[in-house]
Amino acid sequence: MSRIKEFNLPDLGEGLTEGEILAWLVKVGDVIELNQPIVEVETAKAAVEIPAKWAGQVQAIFHPEGATVEVGTPIIAIDTDPGAGPIEESTTGAPAADLPTPSAASLAAVEIAPEEGMVEPGLIGGAAPGGRTAVLVGYGPRTTAAKRRPRKGAAPVPAQGATSAPAVNGTGRTGGLVLAKPPVRKLAKDLGVDLSTLTGSGPLGSITREDVQRAASATPAAAEPLTVSPAAPAAASFGADREQRIPVKGVRKLTAENMSRSAFTAPHVTEFLTVDVTRAMKALDRLRERREWRDVRVSPLLLVAKAVLLAVKRYPMVNSTWAGDEIVVKDYVNLGIAAATERGLIVPNIKDAGRLSLRELADAMTALVQTAKTGKTSPADMSGGTLTITNVGVFGVDTGTPILPPGESAILAFGAVREMPWVHKGKVKPRLVTTLGLSFDHRIIDGELGSKFLRDVGDFLADPEAALLAWT
Amino acid sequence: MAKGDPGVTTRGRRAAPRSKRAATAGDPELVQLLTPEGERIESAIGPDGTEYRADFTDEEYRGLYRDLVLVRKLDAEATALQRQGELGLWASLLGQEAAQVGSGRALRTQDMAFPTYREHGVLYCRGIDPIMPLGLFRGVDQGGWDPNEFKFNMYTIVIGAQTLHATGYAMGVAMDGKTGSDDGEAVIAYFGDGATSQGDVNESFVWASVFNAPLVFFCQNNQYAISEPLERQTRVPLYQRAGGFGFPGVRVDGNDVLASYAVTRHALDNARHGQGPSLIEAYTYRMGAHTTSDDPTRYRIASEVEAWQAKDPIARMKAFLTRQQIADESFFAEVDEQARAESVHLRERVLNMPNPEPVSMFDHVYPNGSPELDEQRAQFAKYMESFEGSAH
Repeated sequence: MSRIKEFNLPDLGEGLTEGEILAWLVKVGDVIELNQPIVEVETAKAAVEIPAKWAGQVQAIFHPEGATVEVGTPIIAIDTDPGAGPIEESTTGAPAADLPTPSAASLAAVEIAPEEGMVEPGLIGGAAPGGRTAVLVGYGPRTTAAKRRPRKGAAPVPAQGATSAPAVNGTGRTGGLVLAKPPVRKLAKDLGVDLSTLTGSGPLGSITREDVQRAASATPAAAEPLTVSPAAPAAASFGADREQRIPVKGVRKLTAENMSRSAFTAPHVTEFLTVDVTRAMKALDRLRERREWRDVRVSPLLLVAKAVLLAVKRYPMVNSTWAGDEIVVKDYVNLGIAAATERGLIVPNIKDAGRLSLRELADAMTALVQTAKTGKTSPADMSGGTLTITNVGVFGVDTGTPILPPGESAILAFGAVREMPWVHKGKVKPRLVTTLGLSFDHRIIDGELGSKFLRDVGDFLADPEAALLAWT
Repeated sequence: MAKGDPGVTTRGRRAAPRSKRAATAGDPELVQLLTPEGERIESAIGPDGTEYRADFTDEEYRGLYRDLVLVRKLDAEATALQRQGELGLWASLLGQEAAQVGSGRALRTQDMAFPTYREHGVLYCRGIDPIMPLGLFRGVDQGGWDPNEFKFNMYTIVIGAQTLHATGYAMGVAMDGKTGSDDGEAVIAYFGDGATSQGDVNESFVWASVFNAPLVFFCQNNQYAISEPLERQTRVPLYQRAGGFGFPGVRVDGNDVLASYAVTRHALDNARHGQGPSLIEAYTYRMGAHTTSDDPTRYRIASEVEAWQAKDPIARMKAFLTRQQIADESFFAEVDEQARAESVHLRERVLNMPNPEPVSMFDHVYPNGSPELDEQRAQFAKYMESFEGSAH
């Protein structure tokens, strides 16, 4: 047994096929103990630390942070007896190089992908919508070719044939899922028809016996897969070569789920209000000039947050959750701030923001944005939000109709602040103007309440000093 | 811990004055004999007036501490083994050691226990080699021990199902006339807060109650049914549910090994004397993930975990032993070393567990086989032979 041992990424959660290296906790040359945490890995189910399987010295690290690694692939090599002197040539090549390739022995252990189609799509272990593998519990991993030893006498099948899924077209399927009854599947198999190339004419777009027979008779050689493209002109191709397929995962997947759920369960209403914020912007300038605020990041968003928090105090019903047979009105405001990051849109929230002073709120917002930008926002930071602000103005647009984060009943879009012609004291003058868009859950919030709330936010932004005097 | 009967005394249901010590300051419903700071409480009064005490010898106190530390360390080793790809899955008991060791040590030899898949601490107290459940989680056997030999049933993965098995078993004990004396037999069924929402558990309550089964329902309320918090399971404290089914319920500090012992011993003794079932709600907290496939940071906040960290079952026992000069640093170091050595030993044995031949799965379906099975076995063997390379 070699003293250099390679550790393969294990299946960390019942049927996963890959994991992303989040952070290495050790580096090449480190002497480590048994069970010392060495790497943080995120899978479809959890982010976990992996403890060292052997004590020794880190000899090599095979994948950088951010890499997605298939289960069973070596990620680290550990010299289990570093005190025993230099390593002979035969065990590894050059010592302690960053990101070398895994040894030949470990590569030989990676086996060849089997034929696809051994498992019916949609069944456990088979392909599922979104390019994922159906597993017994949870939504499981993205499909990667399963590893299996080659069959005796069978030529290895090229992997690319196995991974290119058919395009989504027609109503009968999404992704890899094909609706067809078992006898129809049998017929298709017997006739050599590839079900994934057919458009179903049955209920819910399922493929019928007739569809299969029609396809079979239209195919000159039954063994050839049926192609549906009706001889497109050679000049312009509209096929897969000009399409990009981006796997739906991570933040994108979560965002999609949340947005669809919210959009189709909570009846949304959006109202708009355009406000002259010249006065407020001047107030912000004066704030920045104060000695104790000199080092604080003061943005218009801070005033919007303050306006929302004050308005919530006057209309607490806006800060509530629809819980089926009851409405949960919250005394605390966990104020969500939608942030665009490299990983996609995330909405961390400031816990109990209603209790913070303006200064504390400014610090909390700065910290929140910094954390989000560096990708360190924790799941806890993103859960429990009660009301959200989305600052679409930073993209240079005036407003939008935001979709409610699930569980929240109001979200405010803050548009760009622009110099516009505006009637001020009876004359048209250039003023700083912005548009607010408030979406709310119409099950909880009637037009009157939503309007009053939005009006209050607008009043504050039009004249913060007066609003503060009047309301607090 | 010494065999026999540590000096636990409980005085039956007299209407004792509540002044004694009805519970901790924060929660008047909680039976507690050792505070999170390691202060010993002489006695505590349960909701029905029962007075709970637990007087152990110094040796027994040290034994309980040793159990807690060993159980935690072996559990941590199993979690590490899963992360290293040596186990398919592991359900950690981290944080629940006191509830398990306290109740496990309260069992007498003749008592029968029905665990979930997390009762590694009870299993340890029953004298079962900790390697036994690891075969199941490594996927090389069905979970090794003889339930009759150790009076500890197989791990049950189906949530709450074991309460039905336990109820039937306990009814059998009563029908066999094995209750009604100091040497009577009692049964304990373990389950979690999530299981209380299962039909099985509620059916068990009904049957155990009306048939006066000698059964202790031991609910470790660790606050989460995977990600679902307790307030989504119940509107009343869980122990109060027993009242509706017609038997007593008590909530004990599940991070207090002494109180967990005293309350369980009392309930078991009631059962063995033919006084029927009772429900114990051991109020505790799952410090780790539901299983290794779970990520608790997605549904609970760090401050909550920190608050429970301060109630750690081992830390309070250690503080108590130190303060009372029952144990010193050399004892603690010796226990730590024993735990380390046992966990290393466990690791070595796990790594050396033989993989069964895939075809052996046909051997355990019927005791005498069947023609269909033989045919399937032959087919499967042929299929396996069609691959290149070794057998598996």
